[in-house]
Amino acid sequence: MLLRHTTADVAERSALTINPAKTCQPIGAMYAALGVHNCLPHSHGSQGCCAYHRSALTKHYKEPVMASTSSFTEGAAVFGGQANLLQAIANMFALYNPDVIAVHTTCLSETIGDDIVQIIGKAREEGKIPPGKHVIHANTPSYVGSHVTGFSAMNKSLVTYFAETTGRKRNQVNILPGWVEPSDMRELRRISRAMGINPNIFPDTADVLDAPHTGRHEFYPRGGAPVAEIRHAGDSRSTVALGPTASEAAALALEEKCGVRSEVLELPIGLLATDRLINALRHRSGIRVPGFITDERGRLVDLVADMHQYFYRKRVALFGDPDQLVSLAEFLVTLDMRPVYIVTGTPGKRFETRIREAIGDAVPEVQVRQGAQADMFLLHQWIKKEGVDLLIGNTYGKYIARDEDLPFVRFGFPILDRVGHSYFPNVGYMGAIRLAEKILNAFMDRQDRNAPEEAFELTM
Amino acid sequence: MDILEERTRQVYRKGEDLFQLDCNKQSAAGSVSQRACVFCGSRVVLYPIADAVHLVHGPLGCAAYTWDIRGALSSGPQLHRLSFSTDLREMDVIDGGEKKLARALCQLIDMYQPKAAFVYATCIVGVIGDDVEAVCRQVAALKGIPVLPVHSEGFKGTKRDGYRAACEALLKLVGTGSTSGIGPVSVNILGDFNLAGEVWMIRDYYEKMGIQVVATITGDGRVDDIRRAHGAALNLVQCSGSMMHLAKTMQEERGIPFRKVSYFGIEDMAQALYDTAQFFALAAPGIVERTAELVRQEIAVIMPQIARYRSKLEGRKAAVYVGGAFKAFSLVRALRLLGMDTVMVGSQTGLAEDYEELRQLCDEGTIIVDDSNPLELCSFLQEKEVDLFIGGVKERPIAYKLGVGFCDHNHERKEPLAGFTGMLNFAREVHNTVASPVWKLTPRGRRKAASCP
Repeated sequence: MLLRHTTADVAERSALTINPAKTCQPIGAMYAALGVHNCLPHSHGSQGCCAYHRSALTKHYKEPVMASTSSFTEGAAVFGGQANLLQAIANMFALYNPDVIAVHTTCLSETIGDDIVQIIGKAREEGKIPPGKHVIHANTPSYVGSHVTGFSAMNKSLVTYFAETTGRKRNQVNILPGWVEPSDMRELRRISRAMGINPNIFPDTADVLDAPHTGRHEFYPRGGAPVAEIRHAGDSRSTVALGPTASEAAALALEEKCGVRSEVLELPIGLLATDRLINALRHRSGIRVPGFITDERGRLVDLVADMHQYFYRKRVALFGDPDQLVSLAEFLVTLDMRPVYIVTGTPGKRFETRIREAIGDAVPEVQVRQGAQADMFLLHQWIKKEGVDLLIGNTYGKYIARDEDLPFVRFGFPILDRVGHSYFPNVGYMGAIRLAEKILNAFMDRQDRNAPEEAFELTM
Repeated sequence: MDILEERTRQVYRKGEDLFQLDCNKQSAAGSVSQRACVFCGSRVVLYPIADAVHLVHGPLGCAAYTWDIRGALSSGPQLHRLSFSTDLREMDVIDGGEKKLARALCQLIDMYQPKAAFVYATCIVGVIGDDVEAVCRQVAALKGIPVLPVHSEGFKGTKRDGYRAACEALLKLVGTGSTSGIGPVSVNILGDFNLAGEVWMIRDYYEKMGIQVVATITGDGRVDDIRRAHGAALNLVQCSGSMMHLAKTMQEERGIPFRKVSYFGIEDMAQALYDTAQFFALAAPGIVERTAELVRQEIAVIMPQIARYRSKLEGRKAAVYVGGAFKAFSLVRALRLLGMDTVMVGSQTGLAEDYEELRQLCDEGTIIVDDSNPLELCSFLQEKEVDLFIGGVKERPIAYKLGVGFCDHNHERKEPLAGFTGMLNFAREVHNTVASPVWKLTPRGRRKAASCP
């Protein structure tokens, strides 16, 4: 047993994190920047940061991930990283010709106090930024927040650097998708259009990290939100921001900068959260919900009705990122399941409140932990103390699932050992059908595996 | 294709007049380098020591990205596969992380009762000035186990400097254990990380030859074995990039000689065993004959099958881009055994003498490259029309996008590629990916099909 040392008694751990349920800010900034067309993310720090983030994203998406680094040396750590970043900017435009360089900082460059705004200014003065090209930045020290807040920071920077108001409104709605998969972003576009909305989605990693095989390695795949579109965000009629942790900061910045009024919703994962998105879109376009969307909802309800006996009061442990967890917990309650343990390493306000709002009084015994030492070790200890019927989370859950012999549904970031997340959405009614299917299959596979011969059922 | 001016001297085509490859230098800032950092170097080298805890001191990311990072198998404890971090936060950066480190270490040692603890200093620790060395000393005294600082601040050099920092930590262990029971015909296996169980295979060969294996460093590694490693008569060093410092220091300080070996490919594998046998020829009469017999038997088993793969691979072209240059030598030879031409070869961390050796080994026109990047790699693969790319995680999807077969010869290998059996696995893997019908569906495959009816 890989985790044989884990005990059921929760010991006090004030300084030690074991098997984390988060990672650091810069990778989120990199992921967000990849959702901009012709954008090269740039890691202002040591070479390893960039290599690790690229590797992690590549393992999750099975796609090439392009990003560059300031390649800090001892000299840079002592004298500051300005020279490295200036040279990097010149080299990148010369060699890779991006429309945008999206710089994010690291723990190292933040601690030595590099002022990125000043360095970008200097690069501009020195003519290192060709006309029509852009260098933007987000501060993402690794000792603050988590990968999700890093995403949020870069998302916000897209607004502060690009969004403008011309005074002429455009008939479009900004959709800030939050940290979801390329498949989800594509699905959000489909749903918005179906609801009569002309969506302006950013970031948008569809056709970047799920690019089709063309026989070429596209350094900049064809997807990603173009800068011109992000600029127009300031002229949109309104903003729908999905997932407060990942998207609220950008929505508020846009409201402040360009007066675009925004509504922040939980991620549309599950039936009720999708209902709220559909409602929000319906109010904006003023159209009736088209039949095929209603039908998708109907099929979801039909599936749940057909199979509800399998969901009945099942205890679930889940871990991952705040926005995903809140909506998922709500959906589990919709399915008559009980999310009893919920863990995220991401610190931040209101998480527990949001969870309790999402699950109402359905699961009074729920235990929620976030931030320091809210890790997989703690989650495992809880599970050991009183077991669950299902575990939901990213690939790192597989150790617990194996040791405790639990059905396990992979959901979140990263998923290193299965495919599908790039192609099939979790958002919307269709996404909820997929999630329900996965949960059901996990239970049924388990039942088939455990059933004695005489009780091995053909029809389930 | 454009190559950054400062990189032109890091690319060489055999046949060009002047050979002077710039290497072992910092990557150009702004380059999409495939390289990692000092911490990465230390972490991968020490990672397989399975009965130690590995605590990453810094913000959480470094621990997260190296959690169970490679398939370095252990036959016993699995402590190395867990992720431990001090998860430094903003206040720790301001106030210093020493107290948190000490607390974390004590909790960790109490919980897991390891044989030793490695403490990795990450970038920020070097900047905020935590005295990791002192904390380690205090905790070691308190808990009675070795607590070893690893000076692996990411910015303090390249991955290669991380190897050195790892060796320095190991050197603090070597010599602290009893050497009783170690005979004169004994070796340490250095620089094999037991990916997919490779070190077990190698160990088995040596034991069949009548050689006692004292410590495997670090594949399937154990703290107590490393502590008594100075009792061995000979160090066998693979992956010389990572372990040379340890071998050289053990030679200087303890008079233990070393031999450079490689376990990839039939020729190099056989040579490794012959060299070792030769070393013990006097001490162990009959060992040379026994070894020759062992090699003969092993080769007899695999050769007929390899010949079958060779007949299908003859004349196909391969590109190799790996971490260390030493592995590249073996791969070029192994590919040759399969009838394949290596038309591009490069590494992240090779040294001048490594590239000179590669130049001598390779055919005319072969591209030799140091610290390359995706754009360059792509253009080389296309220019040379390769059928196979050998590399690591970040290279794999690039090959696939171009419609080219791929073999991971790095952390993600799923089958042992070392040893004689490993050569057969390698041949099978290379054949299966090169011959996969999926490539016929890609634009490149369709072009090929159209051009040769």
